[in-house]
Amino acid sequence: MRVRTLAVALLAGGLALTACGKEGGPGDTGAPSQQVAADVKVDGSPTFDKIKSRGRVVIGVKEDQPGLGYKDPTSGKFTGFDIEIAKLVAAKLGYGDDKIDFKAIPSAGREQALINGDVDYYVGTYTINAKRKEQVAFAGPYFTAGQSLLVKKDDSAITGKDSLKGKKVCSVTGSTPIQKVKSEGLTEPENIVELQTYSLCVEQLEQGTVDAVTTDDAILKGYASQSPDTLKVVGEPFSNEPYGIGLPKDDKALRDKVNDILQAALDGGEWQAAYDATLGKSGSTTDKPVLERY
Amino acid sequence: MDVLLDNLDLYGPGFLNTVELFLISAVGSLVLGTILAMLRVAPVPVMRAMGATYVTLVRNTPLTLVFFFFALAFPLLEIVSADTFGGSAASYYFSAALMALTLYTSAFVCEVVRSGINTVPVGQAEASRALGLTFGQMLTSVVLPQATRAVVPPMVSTMIALLKNTTIAAGFSVFQAGSISANLSERGENQLIGLLWVAVFFIVLVIPMTLLQRSLEKRWSIAR
Repeated sequence: MRVRTLAVALLAGGLALTACGKEGGPGDTGAPSQQVAADVKVDGSPTFDKIKSRGRVVIGVKEDQPGLGYKDPTSGKFTGFDIEIAKLVAAKLGYGDDKIDFKAIPSAGREQALINGDVDYYVGTYTINAKRKEQVAFAGPYFTAGQSLLVKKDDSAITGKDSLKGKKVCSVTGSTPIQKVKSEGLTEPENIVELQTYSLCVEQLEQGTVDAVTTDDAILKGYASQSPDTLKVVGEPFSNEPYGIGLPKDDKALRDKVNDILQAALDGGEWQAAYDATLGKSGSTTDKPVLERY
Repeated sequence: MDVLLDNLDLYGPGFLNTVELFLISAVGSLVLGTILAMLRVAPVPVMRAMGATYVTLVRNTPLTLVFFFFALAFPLLEIVSADTFGGSAASYYFSAALMALTLYTSAFVCEVVRSGINTVPVGQAEASRALGLTFGQMLTSVVLPQATRAVVPPMVSTMIALLKNTTIAAGFSVFQAGSISANLSERGENQLIGLLWVAVFFIVLVIPMTLLQRSLEKRWSIAR
């Protein structure tokens, strides 16, 4: 008898707790809401068939990049430009916000997640390049970034990539930007710091353990807009990183469909609206990308 | 095979650094662990309490947190300056990884050694004390040599665990076997195959340790 009372109490408590967590809350960002398309057909796309039979779309994203793909630790909500693009594509495929499952996947796991089918598509600072195209497919680019530097606001010694000698430079373990710093010899090998996430690097920068954080300007602007009093982005971007939407390799039908969606969003105002609501808040403007269909 | 051959510049230095991390922290943790075990069986209550506190604290902390502390939080305490470790970022993070691995593994080594000490009959200690040996002499020349024989298999297991734990250093700016997959991903290589090669190399590293374990077991076995 006592056990049953306890079980009922626990169940009631659990229900009350989950009910509390489920409300949307006041944290809505004012991001543009999407018109959900109806009766979408993508003939010959195994990925789309899978989405349809599941009734939900699973999107791979980043969770630690403010302004691009960021998961609020308290509300669990995802925000950022990449998220808006992901939602836009989902809406045009016929799936509203309530039918999206975001899955946070770090850079190193992206190809495998797409190959395994863990996610239907991936939107998260995913640079299109030839080598990656051997394993996955890309729609887009939906944004063009370039490698840049984040330093402390009061640092006047670092002005660009050629003033990094003798400075400690931080980026994510094995990432493209840090490999570029190594291969171009922008600083000495012993001054290169590779940590798990960009957030850790930014933390180290604020503490003064490292002198600069390097990666794509879009990511850095996100951090700079979070703490404009202590951090700034310096120098001209010194690489060209076209961000694409990662898709399973052989799904040409879905790739064409997503490209059509992106083109329509670029021509209409939806792309600009998504940018203005997220990255645009940092005050910087950007050129619209040109799709590269293949 | 291509993934391996095209990226030998990752695999070579990666595994060399892994072996280096492992060897230094293995020696360090064997020494420190044995000292801790001696503390835990010492006749002075304060020493026993010190040993027990250390083991309880460190053994219950996840290794990633230990790494986190030494790589990222320790510098803020400003107990020692960065120059102590050679000044550069690379040497600092390498030393931090060594400290984290050594301190963490010694807690486990300590308990292995202590369990070995427990297998030595009390009569041995009593007899050596009756002969007039001090506590130190009794431990080093009577109890520990016998204890060591009993703990070969668990000790080798602890060391194999240490070898694999070195991969956590990848997230803390130490390039080694654990960093290979992240680098491969950015190069656009197939990571599954890349990771299979990492696994193969780990097996290659573990086999000699297993062989050493067998030969030591045979050579040191005693009739009880």
